[in-house]
Amino acid sequence: MSTTTFGLDTFGDVTQDASGTPLTHAQTIRNLVEQGVLADQVGLDFFGIGEHHTPDMPLSAADVVLAAIAARTSSIHLGSAVTVLSSDDPVRVYQRFSTLNALSDGRAEVILGRGSSVDSFPLFGFDLADYEDLFEEKTHLFAELLKGGKITWEGKTRAALHEQDVVPYTEPFPTWIGVGGSPQSVVRAASYGFSLMLAIIGGHPARFAPFSELYKHALEKFGRDPLPIGIHSPGHVAETDEQAREEFWPHYLDVIGRLGKTRGFATPTPESYAHEVGPHGALFVGSPETVAEKMARTMKKLDASRFDLKYGIGGLSHESLLRTIELYGTKVVPLVRDMLA
Amino acid sequence: MKIAVLGAGHVGPVIARLALAAGYEVTIAGSGAPSRIEMITEFLAPGAVALTAADAVADAELVVLAIPWHRFSSLEPGMFAGKVVIDSMNHWPPAEQPLGTSEEVAARLVGAAVVKTLNHVAYQDMEPAAGRAVGLAGDSPAALQAVVEFLARIGFDPVPVGSLAAGRLLEPGSPLFGVAARRQEIENFVKEQS
Repeated sequence: MSTTTFGLDTFGDVTQDASGTPLTHAQTIRNLVEQGVLADQVGLDFFGIGEHHTPDMPLSAADVVLAAIAARTSSIHLGSAVTVLSSDDPVRVYQRFSTLNALSDGRAEVILGRGSSVDSFPLFGFDLADYEDLFEEKTHLFAELLKGGKITWEGKTRAALHEQDVVPYTEPFPTWIGVGGSPQSVVRAASYGFSLMLAIIGGHPARFAPFSELYKHALEKFGRDPLPIGIHSPGHVAETDEQAREEFWPHYLDVIGRLGKTRGFATPTPESYAHEVGPHGALFVGSPETVAEKMARTMKKLDASRFDLKYGIGGLSHESLLRTIELYGTKVVPLVRDMLA
Repeated sequence: MKIAVLGAGHVGPVIARLALAAGYEVTIAGSGAPSRIEMITEFLAPGAVALTAADAVADAELVVLAIPWHRFSSLEPGMFAGKVVIDSMNHWPPAEQPLGTSEEVAARLVGAAVVKTLNHVAYQDMEPAAGRAVGLAGDSPAALQAVVEFLARIGFDPVPVGSLAAGRLLEPGSPLFGVAARRQEIENFVKEQS
């Protein structure tokens, strides 16, 4: 199987200063570059930014931020987590990430998603009723673009292309499909030869094991070689379990409590939080040892070779996030590597 | 009793698995040909049989609608006559002033006995059901009874909340939506609203 890699994902939530005042969007974005640079310094393999379009999460143009990080780093791979392909133009996504791939000397990756936060649909004039069709068609076009060369394509969701050059040409870059729970997306990833990124944000991670099996079987059925399976899960690392849990809880309650009202997941309670941070939940919150043990167990269970910790949640401080990044890179990842060896 | 689950997305396979584990015969249908969901069925709901929607419904006494709301209008309404139909769908994104999806379902599926339930539980919280309280709403006492038995057998604690119109109490925006409410909390809320 493929090499094991470890990354960090962020949705670029607005952070707060020591007095609890939210930082400006501009400062949040500049801090994000520092976080990406630190991720490289502590030896991580990937840094991903998830596209969002809300005042709490102002990272609407992730690729620009990734380019700034690329200019100051040399090893870490940089990508989206996710790119909401349904409401974007696959040609532009390809062009932006090809450019990033050129700038970074081959370190770009793309994680495509349908978008569980659907803010981008009204913003760009797309109808949620076309949710599945948009993703299906645009994924197909994106797969065609990755092949390089002149492209001819026709569909319902964008203008047709005939013998079209789409530039810049660069080396192919890894493309993943982010899957939150849709089995069709698992099969789709396999059919296009994209890697599978399982977004596990609540409940028992082991319930995704059938998705890994489905993916491996589908790859085989489509005559493709094995491809990496990755896990994206939220978390927070501090020196002790207690400290990590206490730091994360009020912000988790605040953010999930608000999102849950429109997305249908339950408002957290102290009991549900204790369950999620425990061995059977989806929150990787705790000391380096606790988080590492849970990561290793989950990766084995789901046959995953990549783990991206989604760090940072609205309201934590920039300094606290830097601490998480440092602990994750210097303590957690080496521990997981030992456990998986 | 035979169960037909329409929808092979996030929710459908979960409900199919719960029903299979409870010993029901289960068929599952996506949009289009059964071959498109055979692999999904084999891995996510082993034991269920993938069929077209028409074949699945024709053979079943109880039909579970687990498709996106915007796909509902593409279902052929005639085939549901005489069936008990569970509506687990939601307006997505939540409507400004939620009208009951189930009232619209009942108006379109003439001759079916519609019961609203399971729509207010996130799919990742359904399994294991673990005795979680779920509300149900409907106008047909016989259909309600059948669904109460079904829900109890697959592991939930069914709590009637009233007529199909009262099913709005289970929709997005309601304090019961997406919350791990206990039986007593559901009953109290329903009492307050009546």
